[in-house]
Amino acid sequence: MELLQTLILSFLSIVIVNNLVFSKFLGICPYLGVSGRLDMAFGMGMAVTFVVTLSGTMTWLIDNFILMPMNIEVMRYVCFILVIAGAVQLVEMYVRKFFPTLYESFGIFLALITTNCAILGLCLFLHLWGVSNFLNALVLSFGSGVGFTMAICIMAGIRENLDLADVPESLKGAPITLITAGILSLAFMGFNGMIK
Amino acid sequence: MSNEKTNPLSVFLNGLWKENPVFVLLLGMCPTLAVTGDLASSLTMGLSATFVLFCSNVVVSLIRSLLKPHIRILMFTLTISTFVTIVDLILKAYLPEMSAKLGPYIPLIIVNCLIICRAEACASKQKLGIAVLDALGMGLGFTLTLSALGIVREILSYGTVLGFAIAPEGSLSIFGFALPVGAFITLGFMLGIVNIINRKKAKE
Repeated sequence: MELLQTLILSFLSIVIVNNLVFSKFLGICPYLGVSGRLDMAFGMGMAVTFVVTLSGTMTWLIDNFILMPMNIEVMRYVCFILVIAGAVQLVEMYVRKFFPTLYESFGIFLALITTNCAILGLCLFLHLWGVSNFLNALVLSFGSGVGFTMAICIMAGIRENLDLADVPESLKGAPITLITAGILSLAFMGFNGMIK
Repeated sequence: MSNEKTNPLSVFLNGLWKENPVFVLLLGMCPTLAVTGDLASSLTMGLSATFVLFCSNVVVSLIRSLLKPHIRILMFTLTISTFVTIVDLILKAYLPEMSAKLGPYIPLIIVNCLIICRAEACASKQKLGIAVLDALGMGLGFTLTLSALGIVREILSYGTVLGFAIAPEGSLSIFGFALPVGAFITLGFMLGIVNIINRKKAKE
Protein backbone atom coordinates (compact mmCIF):
# COMPACT_ATOMS: atom_id res chain seq x y z
CA MET A 1 0.00 0.00 0.00
CA GLU A 2 2.80 2.33 0.93
CA LEU A 3 4.53 1.59 -2.36
CA LEU A 4 1.37 2.43 -4.28
CA GLN A 5 1.09 5.74 -2.47
CA THR A 6 4.70 6.61 -3.24
CA LEU A 7 4.17 5.75 -6.88
CA ILE A 8 1.04 7.89 -7.22
CA LEU A 9 2.74 10.79 -5.47
CA SER A 10 5.85 10.60 -7.64
CA PHE A 11 3.69 10.45 -10.76
CA LEU A 12 1.76 13.57 -9.73
CA SER A 13 4.92 15.35 -8.71
CA ILE A 14 6.70 14.76 -12.02
CA VAL A 15 3.64 15.66 -14.10
CA ILE A 16 2.56 18.79 -12.27
CA VAL A 17 4.96 20.08 -9.62
CA ASN A 18 8.33 19.19 -11.11
CA ASN A 19 7.15 19.41 -14.71
CA LEU A 20 10.31 19.14 -16.80
CA VAL A 21 9.38 21.98 -19.15
CA PHE A 22 8.11 24.54 -16.66
CA SER A 23 10.37 24.01 -13.67
CA LYS A 24 13.52 22.37 -15.07
CA PHE A 25 13.71 24.04 -18.51
CA LEU A 26 14.16 20.77 -20.34
CA GLY A 27 12.92 20.11 -23.85
CA ILE A 28 12.50 23.79 -24.64
CA CYS A 29 13.62 23.49 -28.28
CA PRO A 30 10.85 21.13 -29.44
CA TYR A 31 8.57 23.00 -27.07
CA LEU A 32 9.12 26.15 -29.12
CA GLY A 33 9.68 24.42 -32.46
CA VAL A 34 6.77 21.99 -32.75
CA SER A 35 4.11 23.66 -30.64
CA GLY A 36 2.57 25.54 -33.57
CA ARG A 37 -0.25 23.07 -34.18
CA LEU A 38 -2.12 20.91 -31.71
CA ASP A 39 -2.06 17.60 -33.64
CA MET A 40 1.68 17.81 -34.24
CA ALA A 41 2.31 18.75 -30.65
CA PHE A 42 0.34 15.74 -29.48
CA GLY A 43 2.19 13.39 -31.84
CA MET A 44 5.49 14.79 -30.67
CA GLY A 45 4.43 14.36 -27.06
CA MET A 46 3.51 10.73 -27.67
CA ALA A 47 6.84 10.02 -29.36
CA VAL A 48 8.75 11.66 -26.53
CA THR A 49 6.71 9.78 -23.92
CA PHE A 50 7.57 6.47 -25.56
CA VAL A 51 11.26 7.28 -25.88
CA VAL A 52 11.58 8.68 -22.38
CA THR A 53 9.82 5.71 -20.77
CA LEU A 54 11.99 3.24 -22.62
CA SER A 55 15.28 5.05 -22.14
CA GLY A 56 14.58 6.16 -18.56
CA THR A 57 14.05 2.60 -17.36
CA MET A 58 16.84 1.17 -19.52
CA THR A 59 19.40 3.70 -18.29
CA TRP A 60 18.27 3.17 -14.70
CA LEU A 61 18.91 -0.57 -15.10
CA ILE A 62 22.27 -0.02 -16.80
CA ASP A 63 23.30 2.56 -14.22
CA ASN A 64 22.36 0.40 -11.23
CA PHE A 65 23.40 -3.04 -12.41
CA ILE A 66 26.37 -2.40 -14.68
CA LEU A 67 27.99 1.01 -14.21
CA MET A 68 27.81 1.42 -10.44
CA PRO A 69 28.86 -2.10 -9.40
CA MET A 70 31.80 -1.91 -11.79
CA ASN A 71 32.75 1.64 -10.77
CA ILE A 72 32.75 3.01 -14.29
CA GLU A 73 30.38 5.94 -13.81
CA VAL A 74 32.68 7.93 -16.09
CA MET A 75 31.06 6.09 -18.97
CA ARG A 76 27.60 7.19 -17.89
CA TYR A 77 26.97 9.95 -20.43
CA VAL A 78 28.24 7.92 -23.36
CA CYS A 79 26.08 4.92 -22.38
CA PHE A 80 22.98 7.03 -21.82
CA ILE A 81 23.31 8.68 -25.21
CA LEU A 82 23.66 5.31 -26.93
CA VAL A 83 20.50 3.98 -25.27
CA ILE A 84 18.51 7.09 -26.16
CA ALA A 85 19.69 7.07 -29.77
CA GLY A 86 18.66 3.42 -30.06
CA ALA A 87 15.20 4.15 -28.67
CA VAL A 88 14.73 7.04 -31.08
CA GLN A 89 15.69 4.82 -34.01
CA LEU A 90 12.91 2.41 -32.97
CA VAL A 91 10.33 5.21 -32.86
CA GLU A 92 11.50 6.59 -36.18
CA MET A 93 11.11 3.22 -37.93
CA TYR A 94 7.69 2.71 -36.34
CA VAL A 95 6.33 6.14 -37.27
CA ARG A 96 7.70 5.95 -40.82
CA LYS A 97 5.99 2.58 -41.34
CA PHE A 98 2.60 3.26 -39.78
CA PHE A 99 2.09 7.06 -39.86
CA PRO A 100 3.84 8.28 -43.03
CA THR A 101 2.05 11.67 -43.07
CA LEU A 102 3.02 12.37 -39.47
CA TYR A 103 6.56 11.33 -40.36
CA GLU A 104 6.63 13.89 -43.19
CA SER A 105 5.38 16.71 -40.99
CA PHE A 106 7.90 15.97 -38.22
CA GLY A 107 10.85 16.19 -40.56
CA ILE A 108 14.12 16.65 -38.74
CA PHE A 109 12.42 17.05 -35.36
CA LEU A 110 11.90 13.31 -35.01
CA ALA A 111 15.61 12.51 -35.22
CA LEU A 112 16.23 15.43 -32.92
CA ILE A 113 14.36 13.65 -30.10
CA THR A 114 17.79 12.06 -29.57
CA THR A 115 19.02 15.46 -28.54
CA ASN A 116 15.91 16.43 -26.58
CA CYS A 117 17.29 17.44 -23.24
CA ALA A 118 14.13 16.33 -21.44
CA ILE A 119 15.10 12.72 -22.08
CA LEU A 120 18.74 12.84 -21.10
CA GLY A 121 17.80 15.19 -18.28
CA LEU A 122 15.31 12.72 -16.85
CA CYS A 123 17.88 9.91 -17.03
CA LEU A 124 20.33 12.09 -15.10
CA PHE A 125 17.71 13.21 -12.59
CA LEU A 126 16.82 9.59 -11.85
CA HIS A 127 20.39 9.20 -10.63
CA LEU A 128 20.48 12.60 -8.91
CA TRP A 129 17.29 11.98 -6.95
CA GLY A 130 18.65 8.60 -5.89
CA VAL A 131 15.71 6.58 -7.16
CA SER A 132 16.37 3.13 -5.75
CA ASN A 133 13.27 1.28 -6.86
CA PHE A 134 12.66 -0.01 -10.38
CA LEU A 135 8.89 0.65 -10.31
CA ASN A 136 9.52 4.18 -9.13
CA ALA A 137 11.97 4.78 -11.97
CA LEU A 138 9.41 3.45 -14.45
CA VAL A 139 6.64 5.68 -13.10
CA LEU A 140 8.88 8.75 -13.06
CA SER A 141 10.01 8.19 -16.66
CA PHE A 142 6.46 7.69 -17.90
CA GLY A 143 5.20 10.63 -15.86
CA SER A 144 7.81 12.98 -17.24
CA GLY A 145 6.66 12.06 -20.76
CA VAL A 146 3.05 12.76 -19.80
CA GLY A 147 4.11 16.07 -18.27
CA PHE A 148 5.95 17.04 -21.45
CA THR A 149 2.94 16.12 -23.59
CA MET A 150 0.68 18.17 -21.37
CA ALA A 151 2.97 21.20 -21.47
CA ILE A 152 3.45 21.13 -25.23
CA CYS A 153 -0.29 20.63 -25.87
CA ILE A 154 -1.26 23.55 -23.62
CA MET A 155 1.26 25.68 -25.47
CA ALA A 156 0.00 24.59 -28.88
CA GLY A 157 -3.56 25.42 -27.86
CA ILE A 158 -2.52 28.89 -26.75
CA ARG A 159 -0.43 29.52 -29.85
CA GLU A 160 -3.28 28.64 -32.19
CA ASN A 161 -5.21 31.50 -30.60
CA LEU A 162 -2.18 33.73 -30.32
CA ASP A 163 -1.99 33.91 -34.12
CA LEU A 164 -5.18 35.95 -34.09
CA ALA A 165 -4.13 38.22 -31.23
CA ASP A 166 -2.88 41.76 -31.68
CA VAL A 167 0.74 41.37 -30.58
CA PRO A 168 3.26 44.23 -30.93
CA GLU A 169 5.24 43.76 -34.14
CA SER A 170 8.62 43.24 -32.48
CA LEU A 171 7.31 40.65 -30.03
CA LYS A 172 5.72 38.41 -32.67
CA GLY A 173 6.90 34.81 -32.92
CA ALA A 174 9.44 33.52 -30.45
CA PRO A 175 9.41 36.42 -27.93
CA ILE A 176 5.68 36.27 -27.21
CA THR A 177 5.87 32.48 -27.02
CA LEU A 178 8.58 32.76 -24.37
CA ILE A 179 6.61 35.33 -22.39
CA THR A 180 3.54 33.10 -22.55
CA ALA A 181 5.67 30.20 -21.32
CA GLY A 182 6.81 32.38 -18.44
CA ILE A 183 3.25 33.11 -17.41
CA LEU A 184 2.37 29.41 -17.72
CA SER A 185 5.34 28.52 -15.55
CA LEU A 186 4.13 31.08 -13.00
CA ALA A 187 0.75 29.38 -13.02
CA PHE A 188 2.35 25.99 -12.50
CA MET A 189 4.33 27.30 -9.53
CA GLY A 190 1.00 27.37 -7.76
CA PHE A 191 1.16 23.59 -7.51
CA ASN A 192 4.42 23.78 -5.56
CA GLY A 193 2.83 23.57 -2.16
CA MET A 194 0.70 20.60 -3.12
CA ILE A 195 3.19 17.83 -2.41
CA LYS A 196 5.62 18.16 0.45
CA MET B 1 25.25 32.12 -46.72
CA SER B 2 27.73 29.64 -48.16
CA ASN B 3 29.65 32.40 -49.97
CA GLU B 4 30.27 34.39 -46.83
CA LYS B 5 31.44 31.32 -44.97
CA THR B 6 34.66 31.29 -46.94
CA ASN B 7 35.79 34.62 -45.52
CA PRO B 8 37.49 33.76 -42.17
CA LEU B 9 36.70 37.03 -40.40
CA SER B 10 33.02 36.99 -41.29
CA VAL B 11 32.80 33.36 -40.14
CA PHE B 12 34.11 34.43 -36.76
CA LEU B 13 31.94 37.53 -36.47
CA ASN B 14 28.85 35.72 -37.68
CA GLY B 15 28.23 34.10 -34.32
CA LEU B 16 28.47 37.36 -32.41
CA TRP B 17 25.46 39.13 -33.83
CA LYS B 18 24.17 38.20 -37.27
CA GLU B 19 23.69 34.54 -36.45
CA ASN B 20 23.85 34.84 -32.70
CA PRO B 21 23.01 31.34 -31.48
CA VAL B 22 20.51 32.40 -28.83
CA PHE B 23 18.92 35.58 -30.19
CA VAL B 24 18.73 34.71 -33.88
CA LEU B 25 19.01 30.94 -34.28
CA LEU B 26 17.14 30.19 -31.01
CA LEU B 27 19.47 27.31 -30.20
CA GLY B 28 20.61 26.01 -26.84
CA MET B 29 17.59 27.38 -25.06
CA CYS B 30 17.61 24.99 -22.10
CA PRO B 31 20.89 26.12 -20.47
CA THR B 32 20.15 29.69 -21.55
CA LEU B 33 17.02 29.66 -19.44
CA ALA B 34 18.16 27.39 -16.65
CA VAL B 35 21.55 28.64 -15.53
CA THR B 36 21.36 32.39 -16.09
CA GLY B 37 20.13 33.20 -12.60
CA ASP B 38 23.44 34.96 -11.89
CA LEU B 39 26.49 36.04 -13.85
CA ALA B 40 28.98 33.53 -12.39
CA SER B 41 27.00 30.47 -13.43
CA SER B 42 26.24 32.02 -16.84
CA LEU B 43 29.97 32.48 -17.45
CA THR B 44 30.85 28.96 -16.31
CA MET B 45 28.16 27.52 -18.54
CA GLY B 46 29.16 29.64 -21.53
CA LEU B 47 32.84 28.79 -21.27
CA SER B 48 32.18 25.07 -20.75
CA ALA B 49 29.94 25.03 -23.79
CA THR B 50 32.57 26.93 -25.81
CA PHE B 51 35.24 24.40 -24.86
CA VAL B 52 33.02 21.48 -25.86
CA LEU B 53 31.96 23.23 -29.06
CA PHE B 54 35.57 23.92 -30.00
CA CYS B 55 36.81 20.36 -29.35
CA SER B 56 33.88 18.66 -31.02
CA ASN B 57 34.05 20.94 -34.07
CA VAL B 58 37.73 20.06 -34.45
CA VAL B 59 37.10 16.32 -34.18
CA VAL B 60 34.04 16.32 -36.43
CA SER B 61 35.86 18.38 -39.03
CA LEU B 62 38.77 15.93 -38.98
CA ILE B 63 36.58 12.83 -39.37
CA ARG B 64 34.07 14.39 -41.78
CA SER B 65 35.10 12.21 -44.72
CA LEU B 66 34.32 9.07 -42.70
CA LEU B 67 30.81 10.11 -41.64
CA LYS B 68 27.87 8.07 -42.89
CA PRO B 69 24.64 10.07 -43.20
CA HIS B 70 22.37 7.81 -41.14
CA ILE B 71 24.62 7.49 -38.10
CA ARG B 72 26.03 11.01 -38.11
CA ILE B 73 23.90 12.31 -35.22
CA LEU B 74 25.01 9.34 -33.14
CA MET B 75 28.65 10.04 -34.01
CA PHE B 76 28.24 13.72 -33.10
CA THR B 77 26.63 12.98 -29.75
CA LEU B 78 29.24 10.36 -28.87
CA THR B 79 32.07 12.80 -29.68
CA ILE B 80 30.39 15.55 -27.71
CA SER B 81 29.66 13.35 -24.70
CA THR B 82 33.34 12.44 -24.46
CA PHE B 83 34.32 16.09 -24.15
CA VAL B 84 31.44 16.85 -21.81
CA THR B 85 32.67 14.10 -19.50
CA ILE B 86 36.06 15.86 -19.47
CA VAL B 87 34.51 19.25 -18.64
CA ASP B 88 32.34 17.67 -15.96
CA LEU B 89 35.33 16.03 -14.28
CA ILE B 90 37.38 19.25 -14.46
CA LEU B 91 34.58 21.28 -12.87
CA LYS B 92 34.05 18.66 -10.17
CA ALA B 93 37.75 18.79 -9.33
CA TYR B 94 38.39 22.54 -9.39
CA LEU B 95 35.01 24.23 -8.93
CA PRO B 96 33.01 21.76 -6.83
CA GLU B 97 30.52 24.37 -5.62
CA MET B 98 29.75 25.60 -9.10
CA SER B 99 29.52 22.04 -10.32
CA ALA B 100 26.96 21.22 -7.64
CA LYS B 101 25.01 24.37 -8.47
CA LEU B 102 24.83 23.71 -12.18
CA GLY B 103 23.94 20.09 -11.47
CA PRO B 104 22.68 18.17 -14.46
CA TYR B 105 22.98 21.12 -16.83
CA ILE B 106 26.68 20.49 -17.50
CA PRO B 107 26.06 16.91 -18.74
CA LEU B 108 23.13 18.33 -20.69
CA ILE B 109 25.62 20.17 -22.92
CA ILE B 110 25.70 16.82 -24.75
CA VAL B 111 22.25 17.48 -26.13
CA ASN B 112 22.69 21.22 -26.56
CA CYS B 113 21.29 21.89 -30.03
CA LEU B 114 23.81 24.66 -30.62
CA ILE B 115 26.74 22.26 -30.56
CA ILE B 116 25.02 19.62 -32.66
CA CYS B 117 23.83 22.27 -35.11
CA ARG B 118 27.36 23.61 -35.62
CA ALA B 119 28.70 20.07 -36.05
CA GLU B 120 26.02 19.38 -38.63
CA ALA B 121 25.89 22.74 -40.42
CA CYS B 122 29.55 23.69 -40.36
CA ALA B 123 32.13 21.23 -39.07
CA SER B 124 30.93 18.23 -41.08
CA LYS B 125 31.26 20.25 -44.30
CA GLN B 126 34.14 22.68 -43.80
CA LYS B 127 37.89 22.50 -43.39
CA LEU B 128 39.52 22.56 -39.97
CA GLY B 129 40.36 26.28 -39.95
CA ILE B 130 36.84 27.42 -40.76
CA ALA B 131 35.37 24.96 -38.24
CA VAL B 132 37.67 26.32 -35.50
CA LEU B 133 36.77 29.94 -36.24
CA ASP B 134 33.11 29.09 -36.38
CA ALA B 135 33.30 27.32 -33.03
CA LEU B 136 35.10 30.26 -31.42
CA GLY B 137 32.71 32.85 -32.80
CA MET B 138 29.61 30.89 -31.90
CA GLY B 139 30.98 30.02 -28.47
CA LEU B 140 31.83 33.64 -27.76
CA GLY B 141 28.40 34.76 -28.95
CA PHE B 142 26.77 32.15 -26.73
CA THR B 143 28.85 33.15 -23.68
CA LEU B 144 28.15 36.85 -24.18
CA THR B 145 24.42 36.31 -24.60
CA LEU B 146 24.26 34.14 -21.50
CA SER B 147 26.22 36.75 -19.55
CA ALA B 148 23.91 39.54 -20.69
CA LEU B 149 20.92 37.55 -19.51
CA GLY B 150 22.75 36.64 -16.29
CA ILE B 151 23.60 40.27 -15.51
CA VAL B 152 20.04 41.47 -16.05
CA ARG B 153 18.55 38.71 -13.94
CA GLU B 154 21.12 38.99 -11.16
CA ILE B 155 20.65 42.74 -10.84
CA LEU B 156 16.87 42.52 -10.88
CA SER B 157 16.62 39.64 -8.45
CA TYR B 158 19.43 40.28 -5.95
CA GLY B 159 20.77 43.76 -6.78
CA THR B 160 24.28 42.34 -7.23
CA VAL B 161 26.78 41.63 -10.03
CA LEU B 162 29.08 38.64 -9.47
CA GLY B 163 28.12 38.82 -5.80
CA PHE B 164 29.03 42.53 -5.36
CA ALA B 165 26.16 44.75 -4.32
CA ILE B 166 25.53 47.57 -6.78
CA ALA B 167 22.22 48.75 -5.36
CA PRO B 168 21.25 49.42 -1.74
CA GLU B 169 20.26 46.19 -0.10
CA GLY B 170 16.62 45.32 -0.52
CA SER B 171 15.94 48.08 -3.03
CA LEU B 172 16.13 45.69 -5.96
CA SER B 173 14.86 42.26 -5.12
CA ILE B 174 12.17 41.23 -7.50
CA PHE B 175 12.49 37.61 -6.52
CA GLY B 176 10.53 36.30 -9.48
CA PHE B 177 13.50 36.99 -11.72
CA ALA B 178 15.54 34.29 -10.01
CA LEU B 179 12.78 31.79 -10.75
CA PRO B 180 11.85 30.06 -14.02
CA VAL B 181 9.27 32.78 -14.70
CA GLY B 182 11.97 35.43 -14.80
CA ALA B 183 14.06 33.42 -17.22
CA PHE B 184 11.29 33.04 -19.76
CA ILE B 185 10.09 36.62 -19.52
CA THR B 186 13.55 38.25 -19.56
CA LEU B 187 14.57 36.27 -22.61
CA GLY B 188 11.25 37.04 -24.29
CA PHE B 189 11.71 40.78 -23.89
CA MET B 190 15.39 40.64 -24.87
CA LEU B 191 14.41 38.90 -28.09
CA GLY B 192 11.88 41.66 -28.65
CA ILE B 193 14.58 44.31 -28.24
CA VAL B 194 16.90 42.47 -30.62
CA ASN B 195 14.05 42.35 -33.14
CA ILE B 196 13.56 46.12 -32.89
CA ILE B 197 17.30 46.79 -33.43
CA ASN B 198 17.47 44.39 -36.37
CA ARG B 199 14.44 45.95 -38.01
CA LYS B 200 15.93 49.43 -37.71
CA LYS B 201 19.16 48.17 -39.28
CA ALA B 202 17.25 46.56 -42.12
CA LYS B 203 15.47 49.85 -42.86
CA GLU B 204 18.75 51.72 -43.09
